[in-house]
Amino acid sequence: MSDSIDTTAAQTADALPPPPKQGRLSTAWRELKKAPLSAKFGLLVIFGYVFVALFAPMLTPYGESEIVGPEFEPWGEGFVLGTDNLGRDMLTRLLYGARNTIGIAFVTTCLAFLIGGVAGILAAALSGWVDQVLSRLVDILMAIPALIFALLLLTIFGTSIPTLIVIIAVLDSTRVFRLARAVSLNVVVMDFVEAARLRGERITWITIREVLPNIMPPLVAEFGLRFCFVFLTIAALSFLGLGIQPPTADWGSMVRDNATLITYGDVTPLLPAGAIALLTVGVNFVVDWFLHKTSGLRE
Amino acid sequence: MSAKKKDKANGEVLLEMHGLRIDGQAEDEWHEIVKGIDIILHRGEVLGLIGESGAGKSTAGLAAMGFARPGCRISGGSIVFDGIDLMSASEEEKRKLRGVRIAYVAQSAAAAFNPAHKLIEQFCETPVEHGKSSKAQAEADAKDLYKRLLLPDPDHIGFRYPHQVSGGQLQRAMTAMALSCRPDLIIFDEPTTALDVTTQIEVLVTIRDIVRQFNAAAIYITHDLAVVAQMADRIMVLRYGELDEQADTEKMMSDPQQDYTKTLWAVRSFQKQPAGAPTDPTPLIKVDHVTAGYGPVNVLHDISFEIHRGQTVGVVGESGSGKSTAARVITGLLPPKQGQVLVNGEALPGDYRKRAKEQLRHAQMIYQMADTAVNPRHRIREIIGRPLSFYLGMKGAKLEKRICELLDMIELEPGEFIDRFPGELSGGQKQRICIARALAAEPKFIICDEVTSALDQIVAEGILKLLDRLQRELDLSYMFITHDLATIRAIADEVIVMLQGRIVEHGPCKEMFTPPHHEYTDLLLSSVPEMDPNWLDGLLKQRQERGVMASTSSS
Repeated sequence: MSDSIDTTAAQTADALPPPPKQGRLSTAWRELKKAPLSAKFGLLVIFGYVFVALFAPMLTPYGESEIVGPEFEPWGEGFVLGTDNLGRDMLTRLLYGARNTIGIAFVTTCLAFLIGGVAGILAAALSGWVDQVLSRLVDILMAIPALIFALLLLTIFGTSIPTLIVIIAVLDSTRVFRLARAVSLNVVVMDFVEAARLRGERITWITIREVLPNIMPPLVAEFGLRFCFVFLTIAALSFLGLGIQPPTADWGSMVRDNATLITYGDVTPLLPAGAIALLTVGVNFVVDWFLHKTSGLRE
Repeated sequence: MSAKKKDKANGEVLLEMHGLRIDGQAEDEWHEIVKGIDIILHRGEVLGLIGESGAGKSTAGLAAMGFARPGCRISGGSIVFDGIDLMSASEEEKRKLRGVRIAYVAQSAAAAFNPAHKLIEQFCETPVEHGKSSKAQAEADAKDLYKRLLLPDPDHIGFRYPHQVSGGQLQRAMTAMALSCRPDLIIFDEPTTALDVTTQIEVLVTIRDIVRQFNAAAIYITHDLAVVAQMADRIMVLRYGELDEQADTEKMMSDPQQDYTKTLWAVRSFQKQPAGAPTDPTPLIKVDHVTAGYGPVNVLHDISFEIHRGQTVGVVGESGSGKSTAARVITGLLPPKQGQVLVNGEALPGDYRKRAKEQLRHAQMIYQMADTAVNPRHRIREIIGRPLSFYLGMKGAKLEKRICELLDMIELEPGEFIDRFPGELSGGQKQRICIARALAAEPKFIICDEVTSALDQIVAEGILKLLDRLQRELDLSYMFITHDLATIRAIADEVIVMLQGRIVEHGPCKEMFTPPHHEYTDLLLSSVPEMDPNWLDGLLKQRQERGVMASTSSS
């Protein structure tokens, strides 16, 4: 009898008030309302871009590679932003460019995270020779300057969109690998991972169910940053002529194609560059906010 | 009567705090964590602040420096230190006091020292920075203090880095640092909680002597009553940020008034019913001449012991004695170099990866730090449910029912807790979840590795009672690793005392606590602080007479 009384006493002394019950959606909404202005701006930019990318065919007056007028037409009636070096509508190309450039960058980043993330967590969880082999391989890949290496590989394998995606994804996965491995190393030494090992769990369970949820915040933040880098790499490659091939609209190659206009004091060729810059800034604002939030939560 | 009691109450008032209120911030809202406490401290007096974690004792202690931790604010009351009003003083004025006239000794010296600088450099920083003395003077003073604090090789120890000295030595080096400017007031925040009993005693003795030598006042914050009884002239019991009771040590120990204080005092009274003699001649677990270690270094040297069904074997020893390594050998995390582990007479593979699922299921483990032992991103449902589905193949409604049964068993309301994350539980509740997870596998044997040492005494007692009840109901065997002899006395049927990787004494619990003991067991037993305020004086006298110095622990 005295036993049960004592335990209730211990319980009350030790109890925490139950957490407020709330759905994930409403929590997310509340968080969003508290977000700083920069993050809200960033989110607005990202949603704007995604919207444009999804609905490009409905928003544009002409077809993607349709030649609709004379070359280098100035801004005005019919062609809001003028035409490019082949007489294609600039606005149309800009909107389609969002779809192509963002879409490809997104797929590439996802692939890079799949390769790098899985390899990184495995290296940390298995350690020993697996870790050694993977880490040294990554060291070798990272020893070569990324852009030059990408140019080299693209010249070897040809410049189709799938090879572009795979090459950039593999090169970028090295950075993801290093991050995933570093943060996983902090998690795999925790007692709950040891408990899972002692339970006899397989390595797939340990990586996906035990480690992955605990390293999500830094990985998500890195995803945002990586996305920007991949995006810039693709634009740079396109500018150099080895990225997305014409007639597909792409912001990088659009800058190059219309570069001559700059000498005449026209800002039109800088619009795609501005679009790249705006998205990069927006993504970084959101990432900063996210990092700040998650690092605060971990305290 | 001990010397410390003399004339303390007559000294002038050094620190006066009235109606102190401190708020803490949680999820953008301010909650009051200290609710109007009055503290008056006289010169040369040692005040003990006790209470469970979350009682606001550290927060109140820090407020004596006019300081509130980040996320806290002092919202009301007055703090007057030697005529200076700290509530209205500027940061600059407070900075001049801190470290010079008021010093602070933190719980974890290892975390409070900068690992990149030598001890003596950190010692000299405050006096030199505040212009109290030159670098050379400060260094000479450091050596003198190191000597007085009985640190080995006082002339050179200061030139080591923090990681090159032991925990007990580091704690003393930190006390020396606090004394560097001869402060009027020192705040000790659980200075011995992280130490072994044998080390703790050395630090206690030196702290007490040094406070007396410099006639400083001190606030001694701890949750360990026996310790505070040795150190303090006067004790304040805090609960939920309010003062529960206040009295002189002698009176407080012999005649507590409040109910809460009485429960605190009675907490160590739990004693399990001893299990009968083992009925089964084959031991459930037999550790047979095991030698194990990391790399070329052996941590365990040829140890053998047995655990019988329904029994609890307590393993005691200070840190580094190999208790946890023994557990790692049994679980298979560390394959032994020689010898083997047998379960029901059958040898287990040394490596856990080579063991069958059934073999893994029968030996479960509960960890010291419940915080890291459960995945913070899993809900309670998944934490407890996983062993059920993994080992026993339970699914759907059956799984749900069993999870609820287990939650009932550990005295947590299923409906309320099943969908929570570990972060939404208190320390004691988390440890209960760990117990439920171990039970879910329906094991025969559970290793409890310091399961109560991170918990408050009242909460810890609840856990011990739970473990005891489960043992009787489910016929479990425990290997109970701890450095706390009071816990061993409460729960063990048999005791193993380990020292430097060897078993120095082994026998039934009752025999262990009655003399004659092995020399080391004796040292351990006599080092456990007792409630009697004169215990430390008595022990020191006894040890001096016998010439036993408590220095074996400085590893």
